[in-house]
Amino acid sequence: MTVFIVRRLLQAFLVVWAMSFLVFVGVNLVGDPVEMMVNDEADQEERERVIKAMGLDKPWYVQYLHFVGRAFQGDLGKSFVYGEESLGIIVERMPATFELALAALLMAIIIGIPLGVYSGLRPGSRISKVIMAGSILGFSLPTFWVGLMFIMVFAVMLGWLPSTGRGDVVPIMGINVSFLTIDGLSHLFLPALNLALFKISLVIRLARAGTREIVHQDYIKFARAKGLSTNRVVLVHLMKNIMIPVVTVLGLEFGGLIAFSVVTETVFAWPGMGKLIIDSIQNLDRPVIVAYLMIIVLVFVIINLVVDVLYSVLDPRVRLQDVKA
Amino acid sequence: MYMRKTLAYAAAVAAISLAPVVQAQTLTIGLGTEPTSIDPHFHNLGPNNQIAQHFFSRLIEQDHKQNLLPGLATSWKPLNELTWEFKLRKGVKFHDGSDFDADDVIFSMHRAGNHPNARSSFGLYTKAASTIKKIDSHTLHFISKKPYPLMAVDLSNVHIVSANEKDKWEGDYNNGSSAFGTGPYKVGKWVKGEVLEMVRYDGYHGDKPHWEKIIIKPIKSAPSRLAALLAGDVDFIDQVPTVDIARLKTNDKVQLSQGVSNRVIYLHMDQFRDNPEFVKTHDGKPVTKNPFKDVRVRKAVNMAINRTAIVERVMEGVAIPAGQLLPEGFFGRSANLPVPKYDPAGAKKLLAEAGYPNGFQVTLHGPNDRYINDAKIVEAIAQMLTRIGIKTTPDTMPKSVFFKHGKNRGPAKPPKWNFLLVGWGSGTGEPSSPLRSLLGTYSKPKGWGSSNRGLHSDPEMDKVLDEALATVDDNKRAALLAKATEIGVGRNQGIITLHYQVNTWAGKKGLTYKARTDERTTGFLVTPSK
Repeated sequence: MTVFIVRRLLQAFLVVWAMSFLVFVGVNLVGDPVEMMVNDEADQEERERVIKAMGLDKPWYVQYLHFVGRAFQGDLGKSFVYGEESLGIIVERMPATFELALAALLMAIIIGIPLGVYSGLRPGSRISKVIMAGSILGFSLPTFWVGLMFIMVFAVMLGWLPSTGRGDVVPIMGINVSFLTIDGLSHLFLPALNLALFKISLVIRLARAGTREIVHQDYIKFARAKGLSTNRVVLVHLMKNIMIPVVTVLGLEFGGLIAFSVVTETVFAWPGMGKLIIDSIQNLDRPVIVAYLMIIVLVFVIINLVVDVLYSVLDPRVRLQDVKA
Repeated sequence: MYMRKTLAYAAAVAAISLAPVVQAQTLTIGLGTEPTSIDPHFHNLGPNNQIAQHFFSRLIEQDHKQNLLPGLATSWKPLNELTWEFKLRKGVKFHDGSDFDADDVIFSMHRAGNHPNARSSFGLYTKAASTIKKIDSHTLHFISKKPYPLMAVDLSNVHIVSANEKDKWEGDYNNGSSAFGTGPYKVGKWVKGEVLEMVRYDGYHGDKPHWEKIIIKPIKSAPSRLAALLAGDVDFIDQVPTVDIARLKTNDKVQLSQGVSNRVIYLHMDQFRDNPEFVKTHDGKPVTKNPFKDVRVRKAVNMAINRTAIVERVMEGVAIPAGQLLPEGFFGRSANLPVPKYDPAGAKKLLAEAGYPNGFQVTLHGPNDRYINDAKIVEAIAQMLTRIGIKTTPDTMPKSVFFKHGKNRGPAKPPKWNFLLVGWGSGTGEPSSPLRSLLGTYSKPKGWGSSNRGLHSDPEMDKVLDEALATVDDNKRAALLAKATEIGVGRNQGIITLHYQVNTWAGKKGLTYKARTDERTTGFLVTPSK
């Protein structure tokens, strides 16, 4: 297992390096950050000074070599826009995004699995049909529209929940979290639900499909015949076996939740990384874009690794050391 | 038992009814933009400057119409062609308790002009004053090499910081913890992307602002910002989307504040190249002659544009048709440039006279995320021009891509586009800024024409503008600026002005705000109406 993990980490390093190259070249092809940065009234001399100050007067490969050299010392460059270390700016916003993504993941599991299993066990019932129809809506409605509707209904019309922003935060081990205060929770609920909606539908479908397949398996029939209670059959024998696809997909989707919470964060003015990346792309803040994507690649690689390890825990037939590149 | 419950209830009621009184001293603002730093010399851009003016004062302030007001300087006057005398306010203290005097001004001028990391420096406002002479602790002489009438206007853009914080550029200056000014508010908590708190500074030298605390929340998405106001999470917002204005006017919980800005939206036409890439003959072949070089064609384009329709349909009535560089009420405006009349028949005739009876083909490029409804304006204009025979293809793109190819690096490297829509906000509040940058002949040593994207050039206008920029007498300068505008925009049709943007702010009923022409949101000028 250790060999497996070490090999995967080495692969991860290669992937991050390849990614940094592609992104660096890519962002250097698009747009002109100086034009985004300078005041309209700036004259030619001032524009040239800014180009020099940001190191953009050198060819892109020289810029890239500088970047790689500094990256090995843990310095991913200074943000054009903020003038601070881009890594620091991203890390500063990380807790907010992770909190949102975890809350959404939790909602997907808590709401999705029971509903999915239920509609798998009783596919013909009216409730199941409602659940399945609802999951189609969850799939097909665009996130930004649903987010705005949530705000309109729950914040503007009913006034139950706050419309935007992050509420009171409490530091835990130096990281600010908002789920420990009432105000924080009330701010967290709508964006998390908005982000979770698609995942809930996904989990419902996966759980339902798994359940439909597994209830007909011999071991379920045998467990029934043995006289085990329905609860035990469903919660132990069935649940364990539908979890593998659910864990795989949720693992991958968690990376997606973090990387692509852009829309939800923008609609709810949630101060996370997603909002940062979209602002950075619009302002052509190249160092932040590169650093952000490198971090996201790292997150994906780590999640995949965790999923693989989880497999072996859930299904003893899977042996990690057998996996060879 | 019953008694205790009642008491608790009464206390709760009291707490609830007291809450608004405490809250009333706090103003929460939802802004569409966010500052990148508290350092007032780091980035010379609207979102930063509008925040900086809460924490820092300037020698000269600008009121909501960009008229100059005494700030840290109580009076200023030109002593001769080259020397301006500034008398400083006495008894002013910085937020850190130190006294304000001439040394702070000298330090700030130096810092603003030489910030090593500045993304767009304030050097363009400080460089004219080549020498600053300290006469006594509260009198300064600003001396320029050439007569420089814009000295006072330029200085109204430079924020004054304490000279005690020397050699600090980043970190604590960026996040505000060692940024000490003399403004009406002190920096409170700042969590980037989330909240910026401002706390009233009781030692402020000007009028005491009403709000004890101002809380800024950046909410970039326009519908969300509006929803936050309607839900009561914020008290005041800027950049209200034009589509919602009509509905908000009928909402009696909301008060709107609207006003014209110093930003004009206009078209550049390539008046330089002979074989423009995006201009084709009427049957789609490459041209050998650039039609835009003919003033009659430019005039025809101008006459073919129905500004009233654009303002009413595209801008939902929230804009003012433009015939020159600045709206009414600004210094140096021409009285002889009315809004051009919509006359498609006359335009067609002019086109035929210029040798284009069948018109020609052209692509109009524009950004789609920079100005209010920019992409829709481009489409509307393309239709209007197609109607007179200039078959126009609209092409809009994100500003980051648009400005890369729309950048003017002089005759050697002109912009890629031949026909483009842009906007210009005049930070100085008078026409020399757009005249110099948009119409002045490209010249690096003079710093002219950096945004002259059509490479228009007319030595006669340059001469008048040169003269204006060397005339310290206000009345004479105003007349010269008006004359330069009449030549560049009127006679030459160097650019085609479309409309002035109108900005809209919205607040809870009972809050008033004087709409600012510089488009800034100033929290302490939002006041409860009496």
